[in-house]
Amino acid sequence: MALIEAQKLTKVYSLGDVDVRALDGISTVIEKGEFVAIMGQSGSGKSTFMNVLGCLDTPTDGQYLLDGVDTRHLSRDELAEIRNKKLGFVFQGFNLLSRTSAVENVELPLLYDGSPARERRERARAALKSVGLEGREDHHPNQLSGGQQQRVAIARALVNDAPIILADEPTGNLDTKTSIGIMELFVRLNKESNITVILVTHESDIAAFSKRIIRFSDGHIVSDEAVKKI
Amino acid sequence: MINIPSTFKISFRALRVNKMRSALTMLGIIIGVGAVIAMVAVGTGASRQIEAQISSMGSNLLIILPGATTSGGVRMGAGTQPTLSMGDAEAILKECPAVADVAPIHNGVGQVVYGHMNWSTGIVGTTPGVINVREWEFTAGRAFTQQDVKSATKVALLGQTVVDNLFGEQNPVGQSIRIKNVPFTVIGVLAKKGQSAQGQDQDDTILIPVTTAQKKLFGTQFPGMVRIIMVKAKSADNLASAEKQINELLRQRHHIGQKQDSDFTVRNLTQIMQAAEQSTKVMTMLLGAIASVSLLVGGIGIMNIMLVSVTERTREIGIRMAIGAKTWDIRLQFIIEALTLSLIGGIMGIIIGVSTSVILSNLSGWPTIVSPVSILLAFGFSGFIGIFFGFYPAYKASLLNPIDALRYE
Repeated sequence: MALIEAQKLTKVYSLGDVDVRALDGISTVIEKGEFVAIMGQSGSGKSTFMNVLGCLDTPTDGQYLLDGVDTRHLSRDELAEIRNKKLGFVFQGFNLLSRTSAVENVELPLLYDGSPARERRERARAALKSVGLEGREDHHPNQLSGGQQQRVAIARALVNDAPIILADEPTGNLDTKTSIGIMELFVRLNKESNITVILVTHESDIAAFSKRIIRFSDGHIVSDEAVKKI
Repeated sequence: MINIPSTFKISFRALRVNKMRSALTMLGIIIGVGAVIAMVAVGTGASRQIEAQISSMGSNLLIILPGATTSGGVRMGAGTQPTLSMGDAEAILKECPAVADVAPIHNGVGQVVYGHMNWSTGIVGTTPGVINVREWEFTAGRAFTQQDVKSATKVALLGQTVVDNLFGEQNPVGQSIRIKNVPFTVIGVLAKKGQSAQGQDQDDTILIPVTTAQKKLFGTQFPGMVRIIMVKAKSADNLASAEKQINELLRQRHHIGQKQDSDFTVRNLTQIMQAAEQSTKVMTMLLGAIASVSLLVGGIGIMNIMLVSVTERTREIGIRMAIGAKTWDIRLQFIIEALTLSLIGGIMGIIIGVSTSVILSNLSGWPTIVSPVSILLAFGFSGFIGIFFGFYPAYKASLLNPIDALRYE
């Protein structure tokens, strides 16, 4: 059984009289342990696809099986539970809570699954350590660099032992050197912890860190190929 | 599963971030709760004072005053003509079923001497019925008896003020005093009643048998006549029927024709006092209601700030939803925030309300009573306001679409 199975996913937005088909019959399968980069122009539907994969958005038509579970008829709270247990998000703008320390930001997902306070703190510290931020636990986001903030966000995605990390342009706000650091972290997590990483990017040198590249255009998949390592 | 302690922590942090705003929002609740408590304390104090006066006067009390003399067409006012007799008093007790007890009163003022001390006070000649009618208690000794009345014994019951002025710390029971140079034996001391509704010192009095007063002290042109008759009805419900029965009986005894005016007046003091008490209670409720309006306004203030807070933190809500916060996690976060605001405001309001009451009663001398019930009520009500006015913003927050919330700038 595949970890992620999309069958003829369609998403239609109505903008007044015009219907925009952001996704137009997307079918693909992603296995556990893959490292997939999704590429495409802006407006190609890649972000919409990520939102559907992340259970943040529901498709207009088609079927999305996550770990064998059909997500179509799940309630808001059931989707929230899936996001909490199976998915970790990394955003372009980091999306950390300001005025909240690094370790408390990382703790957040555990807060919503009812873990006791001490366990939350321990696991959050361990996650921060694994992304190389030991000693920065009590720093607030505005005291951290962009790369460090993104590492906090990655630690937050890791803390619940979610099998999938969804990263939407994770290096979009970072300089090249920092970007490479972040991508190497993803590669390491994918290799060492067998975490499935799916990332959206429009930069080919970022996509080159992945093992498989899916290209989107106008809501269709135009190519899907493995990356040849040099 | 919802994690309440952590949710509280999140709420406290959010409130601490905007200290000024939180404080101003709380101010509405503080003023509201404080006003309710202080106003209700003033009202309760006033009605409690009236209640105390009613019970010191003796409950269910009727007073019968004699009629007016008419000399040469000039009417002289109630009490100028002695029309009430001891016989009237006895007949009222015997024949009016709604009456519990009577006390005919023949009184005057006299100089009282004990040893080298002397004092001028009101001397009330009456019957043992007065103890029941005026609801006197004793701190020492006993009341005089019907036998004392019959044989015009020279015995006296002293009010506390008289005891203080003549005896100081000494026990007066058994001592001999002279009233207008007539020697009396003190057989009892009356318990303190305090001021009457009219501001008179009710303890500045001496009770003696009515016959003694008539024969030995004041004399009278009209033997067997008394100044007034006090009547105690069997219960508050019986007051009106007692009044009616007394009117009928006395008109008949005094041979008053159908079209003639009565030569006496029955006054229902208790009723008058109860009307005053009732109006004080209405005033209390009115004050409380007006103060509640400010509490309501405070609640709306909380709702306003919570709505602003939800809008400001749309992105935070989106992040929380994305990483697994469920509908009630989000709702509780904002409800608890509103609840925290209103409860802290409520506690501070209670402190301010109680101290305002204390200051008011010290400055103006108004009696104020802060009842625990009003504190509990104010606290519960402010909690309710927090939940009530916090719910809509919380509900709004929980319905946000996670993607839209995440994209919100």
